[in-house]
Amino acid sequence: MRYRNVWSEVPPAEVVNTPSRFDHAIGPFNVVISDACDHCLKCTAACPEKVFESRGGKLAPPKDHLCLGIDCSTKSTRCVRSCPVGAIRVGINPDARALGDRRWTSDLLMSTWHMAETGRVPKNGLEYRIGGSGGGFDKLRLVFPRRLPRPSLDKDSIDTSVTLNRRNDGRHKIDIPIPVYGGGMSFGSISQITMLARIRAFAAWGSFTCTGEGGYPEALYPFDDHIITQVATGLFGVREETLQRVKIIEFKYAQGAKPGLGGHLLGPKVTEAVARIRETVPGSSLFSPFPFHSVYSVEDHKKHVDWVKAVNTKALVSVKVSTPSDVDMVAIGSYHAGAHILHIDGSYGGTGAAPDVAKKNIAMPVEYAIPKVHNFLVEEGVRKEITLIASGGIRTAFDIAKAIALGADGVVTGTSDLVSLECLRCHNCESGRGCARGIATTDLELVGLMDLQWASQRIINMLACWREQLREILYRFGLGSIRELVGRTDLLAHLDYTSDVPDDDIRDQLR
Amino acid sequence: MPRKYHIDVQATPNRYPVIGRSGIVDWGEGCLKCAQCVKYQCVYNVYRERSFSSDILADTIDQFCKNCFRCVQGCPKRLIHKTLNPEWEALGDDIYTPEIVSATWTQAETGKIPVSGAGYGGAFSGPGFDSMWTDMSEIVRPTRDGIHGREYISTVVEISNRPFNLEFDSVGKIRTGQWPFARIPLPIMFDFPRFGDLSERVWQAMALAAAEIDTMMVVPAEQAQALAEFSHHLVPFLEDDRLDGALIERHRMVQIPDGENAIERVSRLKAMKADLLVSVRIGAAGGPDLAARSAELTRAGVDLVHYTADERGYEAGVENGRHIKDVARNVHGVLLQERLRDQATFMVSGGIAMAEHVIKSMLCGANLVAVDMPLLVALECRVCRNCVAGARCPVQISSIDPRWGSRRIVNLMGAWHNQLLEMMGAMGIREARRLRGEQGRVMFIEDLEEDTFARLLGNSKS
Repeated sequence: MRYRNVWSEVPPAEVVNTPSRFDHAIGPFNVVISDACDHCLKCTAACPEKVFESRGGKLAPPKDHLCLGIDCSTKSTRCVRSCPVGAIRVGINPDARALGDRRWTSDLLMSTWHMAETGRVPKNGLEYRIGGSGGGFDKLRLVFPRRLPRPSLDKDSIDTSVTLNRRNDGRHKIDIPIPVYGGGMSFGSISQITMLARIRAFAAWGSFTCTGEGGYPEALYPFDDHIITQVATGLFGVREETLQRVKIIEFKYAQGAKPGLGGHLLGPKVTEAVARIRETVPGSSLFSPFPFHSVYSVEDHKKHVDWVKAVNTKALVSVKVSTPSDVDMVAIGSYHAGAHILHIDGSYGGTGAAPDVAKKNIAMPVEYAIPKVHNFLVEEGVRKEITLIASGGIRTAFDIAKAIALGADGVVTGTSDLVSLECLRCHNCESGRGCARGIATTDLELVGLMDLQWASQRIINMLACWREQLREILYRFGLGSIRELVGRTDLLAHLDYTSDVPDDDIRDQLR
Repeated sequence: MPRKYHIDVQATPNRYPVIGRSGIVDWGEGCLKCAQCVKYQCVYNVYRERSFSSDILADTIDQFCKNCFRCVQGCPKRLIHKTLNPEWEALGDDIYTPEIVSATWTQAETGKIPVSGAGYGGAFSGPGFDSMWTDMSEIVRPTRDGIHGREYISTVVEISNRPFNLEFDSVGKIRTGQWPFARIPLPIMFDFPRFGDLSERVWQAMALAAAEIDTMMVVPAEQAQALAEFSHHLVPFLEDDRLDGALIERHRMVQIPDGENAIERVSRLKAMKADLLVSVRIGAAGGPDLAARSAELTRAGVDLVHYTADERGYEAGVENGRHIKDVARNVHGVLLQERLRDQATFMVSGGIAMAEHVIKSMLCGANLVAVDMPLLVALECRVCRNCVAGARCPVQISSIDPRWGSRRIVNLMGAWHNQLLEMMGAMGIREARRLRGEQGRVMFIEDLEEDTFARLLGNSKS
């Protein structure tokens, strides 16, 4: 048998069923089998979702996260009534209530897990489009026409790609087939397995992943063509050699979750490996200062962009900024400085560690910033020459569609990738040994909780499901390409300004 | 380099087990007694630290659990479940939410800024202070120093009725006399809590803390007498003029209630002691006249106008009363129009529950704020209001050791001070005095909504 090195392979962008790595996946319902069960296995035939399976002639613990619910279970042909000894009980899962928060509700977590496992939208009534934050994306709705505008449209050929270089300046011409790439998460804040899983999954879809500000571990070399390397204020691990490896270089001026504050990696997470890549000392906390002390004006900024353009003569330059009230000015400044991609990171974005006071209060949510920047760039006549990417609170395919309809060309995600790896947003990435679920940690034991192939596949599945949803959304709008959706605010409604907004659930069959 | 203001914090444990967010429901029946129990593998050693509390007659696991669900998902018989702790959910009220109460406890215990992983998990926006964001800038403001300039950030504010300009006589000699002022190193004063299981010990703890961080505390006159050793840091609230003569000698500042003859009384107090600072407390419904009244009081020489909203931060006794942030914007605007803004010192209190509320109040126009309830929450108050009904305090705040209490309050203020520095660093503001009414560093939801969704999507409003 030939040795396959999955560590350096780009996997195919195909959905493969990838169940939870824990014994008991969490779903909205609980299926309990009492001791009365005599393993007759009649239930295995009664369930359409394969909740019940036999293992060695006996009934295995039920996969109750797939269960369609109490109504289904009590139908005459289904599990509860088909059990001759009455051993099956289906109820609401009490654990679900203890999960999640307002932005990532327990429904959104569980539905994202479902997508990562199966590549499909959950059937059991879980909300998969919005969270419960009560504003922004969660109050925006897609308004589909009552009748299909273009029934002849071939759903499978709907274009979801985005052009990253719109300048025609002789640098790389890059189109990514999905309107999303992976946001910067540094080695150190997440494990190498998590990092590689994201890179492999986005590479599978022909897209990119940003390294974050933690250097460029050697394990990433096979994926050079799918990596964006970040130059941030701490310049950790930034060398000419790393800048020359890649096709896209990202300047990070600020991060949405902690704008104006810079980064902070706590000492315990700075292991030997992390310190080596970052060229620092193990065990000692690392600060990325704010701001770039070499940049105090747009002219300085141009000097920065010119510098990397000289170091790498083919690479595209992305500028990542947060969302202050003058973000439109920053945007036009970045355009004139020569950026190909303007990446705005809204205030509700992710982080491995940030003061709560900053996450909640500083800078504006990205829902306000996208149209502000988009419309300003249109007014200035340069919108067609720069790619606008939004991040900071993009959780679902619907968020993507809404962000694009507000004026972005594409989006960057981070938290959703981790959620597909079974992150449940306990907010403890920064404490002690790091993530108890082995995602955002460098602890040797905890890192071992996750397998690379499993993790890559989970993200591939989620992205597959997102793309299908985006295609369905475009199909219902009668749009042949996601590029036609950019800035189409006429296809959106906001619950505060419009009454009787129809439900935009794409699980409902078209009439 | 001159000595920098620093609040010295030290870990000060709770007296009672903390009420945690999550609970674990664990059905022992059916347990396989498997050798490799998930409980022993807990990353946070929760199951090893758990103990049976005789106070609350329950397992005290809640305070250690960090919600990673590993045990829930790992138990082979699926016997472990998680719930939200109903006791936690019942904490506080709509302003002092369970989240805020818990965060305040942690800050009082550790003195550290709350830091966490993953993005913000709360509501998009909300009423009151949750309807605004502070601003920062990426590139174009050369004044900002960010977090690494924090040692140069000053949080000092002054309390005084400052003359608009200096006056000189014909020979160029300064005519304006010395005017009294107090300078406190952070824009936070203490105000007496509206309710609570108060005792001599509690008053002592609060006064001790005010003295240690060098701020001032408004206290009822009788407490000022009892706490004579802290008089430099206490502001006696003189309901009526019976004690005026006896108390003003020892104090830098006194406070009187607003009323018909308040202005006259201010003159009388100032006549008794020339360098005395006098504050007027406007408690009841301020209404639209509040701003005019603030201007009037400032013209009459009042050093500090203290507006107290109800404990939730809204105008007391008014239906649909305004939030203090809106009151502050209104008063600030009127003082500006009247060309009194630099002369007046305007303080708000009521509903200041978190560090961000301090900055937000100031951006709306207050010179400084006063805190009340958080002082008690630092002492483990659960905002259960048993004391208001005359029932026993579940954590017996009245029996605390004053030194313990003072440490807890100092810790809380230390954590708040650091949060002020973080936010000011992001804004590129190095002087707390410059926060007052700084419209260039604040975004209000009504403006953002108007500019965005109302403009783009509003025409379909029906």
